[in-house]
Amino acid sequence: MSETLIRTLEPTTPDEVLEAVAEAAAGKRRIEVVGGGTKRGVGKVERPDLVLSLAALDAVLDYAPEELVLTARPGVKLKDLEKLVASEGQMLAFEPPRLAKLLGAKGEPTLGGALAANLSGPRRVRAGAARDHLLGFAAVSGRGEAFKAGGKVVKNVTGYDIAKLMTGSWGTLAVMTEVTIKVLPKPKTEATVLIFGLEDRRAVEAMARALNAPVEVSGAAHLPVAIAARAPLKAEMAVTALRLEGFDASVAARIETLGQALKDFGRCDVLHAKLSRDFWAQVREVEVFQKDPRPLWRVSVPPASGWRIGEALSGEVVYDWGGGLVWALSEDAAAVRTAARAAGGHASLWRGEAPLAAFEPLDGALAALTARVKAAFDPHGILNPGRLGA
Amino acid sequence: MRMPAPDVELIARKAEILRALRKLVPGEGVIGEADGLIPYESDGLSAYRQTPLAVVLPETTEQVSAVLAWCQASGVKVVPRGAGTSLSGGALPLQDGIILGMAKFNRILDVDYDNRCAVVQPGVTNLAISAAVQADGFYYAPDPSSQIACTIGGNVAENSGGVHCLKYGLTTNNLLGCELVLMDGQVVRLGGRGYDAAGYDLLGLVTGSEGLLGVVTEVTVRLLPTPQTARALLLGFPTVEAAGATVGDIIAAGIIPAGLEMMDKPAIQAAEAFVEAGYPTQAEALLIVELDGPAAECAELAGHVKALAHARGADFIRVSRDEAERLRFWAGRKAAFPAVGRLSPDYYCMDGTIPRRQLPHVLTRIHEMSRQYGLGVANVFHAGDGNLHPLILYDIEKDGELERAEAFGADILKLCVAVGGVLTGEHGVGVEKRDLMGEMFDETDLACQQRLKCAFDPDSLLNPGKVFPTLHRCAELGRVHVHRGKIAFPELPRF
Ligand SMILES: Cc1cc2nc3c(=O)[nH]c(=O)nc-3n(C[C@H](O)[C@H](O)[C@H](O)COP(=O)(O)OP(=O)(O)OC[C@H]3O[C@@H](n4cnc5c(N)ncnc54)[C@H](O)[C@@H]3O)c2cc1C
Repeated sequence: MSETLIRTLEPTTPDEVLEAVAEAAAGKRRIEVVGGGTKRGVGKVERPDLVLSLAALDAVLDYAPEELVLTARPGVKLKDLEKLVASEGQMLAFEPPRLAKLLGAKGEPTLGGALAANLSGPRRVRAGAARDHLLGFAAVSGRGEAFKAGGKVVKNVTGYDIAKLMTGSWGTLAVMTEVTIKVLPKPKTEATVLIFGLEDRRAVEAMARALNAPVEVSGAAHLPVAIAARAPLKAEMAVTALRLEGFDASVAARIETLGQALKDFGRCDVLHAKLSRDFWAQVREVEVFQKDPRPLWRVSVPPASGWRIGEALSGEVVYDWGGGLVWALSEDAAAVRTAARAAGGHASLWRGEAPLAAFEPLDGALAALTARVKAAFDPHGILNPGRLGA
Repeated sequence: MRMPAPDVELIARKAEILRALRKLVPGEGVIGEADGLIPYESDGLSAYRQTPLAVVLPETTEQVSAVLAWCQASGVKVVPRGAGTSLSGGALPLQDGIILGMAKFNRILDVDYDNRCAVVQPGVTNLAISAAVQADGFYYAPDPSSQIACTIGGNVAENSGGVHCLKYGLTTNNLLGCELVLMDGQVVRLGGRGYDAAGYDLLGLVTGSEGLLGVVTEVTVRLLPTPQTARALLLGFPTVEAAGATVGDIIAAGIIPAGLEMMDKPAIQAAEAFVEAGYPTQAEALLIVELDGPAAECAELAGHVKALAHARGADFIRVSRDEAERLRFWAGRKAAFPAVGRLSPDYYCMDGTIPRRQLPHVLTRIHEMSRQYGLGVANVFHAGDGNLHPLILYDIEKDGELERAEAFGADILKLCVAVGGVLTGEHGVGVEKRDLMGEMFDETDLACQQRLKCAFDPDSLLNPGKVFPTLHRCAELGRVHVHRGKIAFPELPRF
C-alpha cells in the first residue's frame, strides 16, 4: 500500500485517542503510532491501516518545579519542554537525544517518542534513561481500553511498575495520552576532562577508572582517531572525554581528583562550560555519523566489553556510556549481531537497510513470555505491528 | 484480613506433598513439623499470622525450578520469602501454600568493578553487598533501614528505598539484571551487565512486583564509588510549615541532598530519649540534611542550606564536624521506629507518598484523626521525596485497638491519594493495602495489571491474595470488556 493512501488521525483529546484505538481494535485494523515521526525508520511498522499521530496532544498539564514532577501530553515537543524546565533552572536529566539529523528525518521529536524509545543521552551513566524518569501515565491499550498506572509523585510502589514496560516498548503495547516525569535541577556548571591518543581498549579502561572515581562522572565517551578526525571535531588524535557537572566549587575539586585518577593515561586537557556543552551535544547527537550513508547500529554491551565491538568491526564506531553504548557503521549485519552477542549485549539497526530484523530477536522462554506480555495489552497485534520484530 | 478460602482437600494431602517436595529438595530443606514452621508465621507486619503448609529452603536455581514446576502441576500455592521484614505482609504465609525461603541463596557470586556491578544471590542481605565492596571504595546505594536483615531478593520484590534514594534512586534504578524462575519452572534472564537489554523492560516490571510474577534467583546490582565526604545538618524549626518550606527552598536552589529527612515533635522526643542524638526536643519539626561529595562541595552547600533554613526561621542549626557526629545525627532517625516502639506496646507504620506542598495540610489532618481515633501518632518522613511514615501507637491487647489503628491507617492512606499522592512509597501493597487499591485504580487499571500477572502465572499460584483486591481468573480477564472505567461483567466475589 502506498503511504499516501493511509489515513492519518491527529486526535486532540485523550477521548479521541480512545475512540480511534477502540474502533481500530474492533475492526482489527493496524495502527502506526507516531509522535514527531523522527524515529519512524527504526524498526518499520508493517502494513499499517492508519497512522495515529499524537503531535496535537501537546499540552503541559502541570509543572511543579519544587516537587520535581511534570505532567504533560505525550505530543509535547522536547525542545519546548526543555525550554520550559530550563526557565525554572531544571532539566530532563536523562538528556534525551533528538537524533533527527542522524536518522535523516524531518519533524520535531516529542516527549512521548523519547519515552517510548527509552532514549537517553550521555548522562545515562549517572542519571539513568527515560525508564528511570517516567513516574506514571495514562494510555489506551491495544484492546481499546483507557487505563493508567504509576503516580504523580517521585516515590511510588503501588501496583506493578507498568511505566517501565512502556519505556522501550516503541508503541507496541499502548498509546500514551498523559505522562508524568521526574525533572531535576540543572547543574550550575560543567567541565570536560579530555585525554588524547588512546587505543579503544585503553580508552575503555580510562573511562572505567574515571567512572569508578568518587567524582560523579556524568558522561564518558571515546572517539577513535579515524572518527575524531571527522567533522565537527577534526582532531588529530583519538579523544576520550569525561564530563563533570555541579556547583563551581565541586566541579573544580572534581577536576583535580579526576586528573589524579587518570594520571596513568597521559596528559589531560579541560574544556569549560560552553565548549564542554557543545562537545556533549555532538556526542549525544552522534554528529560524526550524520552525513554517512552506511547502515548505523546501536550496540548495547557491558561497558568494559565495548572495545570488542570496535575491534570486531574494524573501528567505525563511537563509544558512549563508558563503552556501554557503541554506535557502529557497518554493512555487515551478521557481524554486528555476532559481535554484540559475543560481548554480552545486543544490537539494533537505527538507520539503513539490513537483511535482519532491526531489533535483536529474543528466544526460548523469554520470547514466549514477551509474547504473552504483548498479548496482555494488545491481543490482536494492532499497535505498531512488526516494529519490534514478531 | 480476609485471605482466599484455604483448600482443605489440599491441606489433607500434606504428608504426600512433603514426600514429593523432599525428593526435589533433599536433606533439611523441607520443613513440615509445627515447631519448625513457627518462625515463618509472619513477616514485619506482625499483626497478621498464618502457619504455612510447609517451608521449602532450596539451594540452587534447579531446585527452585523443580519445586515451582511441581507446585504448578499439583496446584500448590507458593509464597516466596527473603528475610521476612516486609511491612505490608508480602511474605505472609497461606494455610494451603508453601513458603519458598531463599535464605540459602546467600553467596556473592562476582564483583565486577570494570562494569561497576556485583552479581549476588537473592538471600544476600542488602548491607552485605556494601560490606563486600567497601574496602575497595564502593557501595550499593539503596539503603532501607532494615538493611542488616533484609535480602536483596526482597528488595527487588518490593523495590525498596532508603534515606539515600532521593539522590541515588530506588532499587529499580540500581539494578542491571536478574535471573527469574517462572511458576512453570522456566528460567529467564532479564538484563545483564549492560545498561539495557533487548525487548521489553521486564526487569523493571519484575522489580516491585511483590513476589507475584516469579522467584528471583540471582541479582546484578550497580555499584557506586563511595563519596569522598559526607556531612549532615540538623535543622530545628518552630513550625512544620517552615520545615516543609525549607525543603522546597533547598530543592529550588538546585541542591539534591543525599538524604533529606523530617521528624515531627513526638518522633524527635522519642528518638532523643532513646539515643541522645543531640536533637532539639522543643522543635516542632526537625530536618536532617545530608550532603555528600568533595569536601569543598559539602562546605559550600552546607552554607547554602544553613542560610535557607535561617531565612525560614530555623532556631536550631548544627553541622556535623566529623564522621562520628554525622553518624550520631543519623542515629536518632535510624532508631526512630524502635524509639517510638518504647512509647507504646505496638505501633503500625504507614507509608504513603504525597506532593510535598501538601505536607502541612496532611499533618494537620493526621493530628485531627489521631484525636478522633484516640490513638497517638509520631511522624517520620522522607521529606525530599514526600514519603510519609506515620507511626500509629496502639496496644494489641486492648480490645478493638488494632482495628482502630488499621482504620486510622487506611484513612491516612486515603488522604494521601486524595491530595494527589499514592498508597505506598516503598513498603509495598502486600495484604495490608490490598483492599485500598481501588482508591488509586479503577477496574480497568487493575485488569491491566492482573493480565500481566496472568502472563507470568496463569493459575495464580504465586503469592495469591496479595496486591489485588479481587481475584479474577485469567480466562475471565481475557474477556473483560471495560469501557471508560465501567466494567461490563459482574464482579467476582471478594475474598
Ligand atoms: C525495621 C524495619 C525498617 C524498614 N525500613 C525500610 C526502609 O527504609 N525502606 C524500605 O523500602 N523498606 C523498609 N522496610 C521493609 C522491608 O525491609 C523491605 O520491604 C525489604 O525489601 C524486605 O526484604 P525481605 O528480604 O525481608 O523480604 P520478605 O519480607 O521476606 O519478602 C518481601 C516480599 O518479597 C517477596 N520475595 C522475597 N524474596 C523473593 C525472591 N527471591 N523472589 C521473589 N520474591 C521474593 C516476598 O514474597 C514478599 O512479597 C523495613 C522493615 C523493617 C522491619
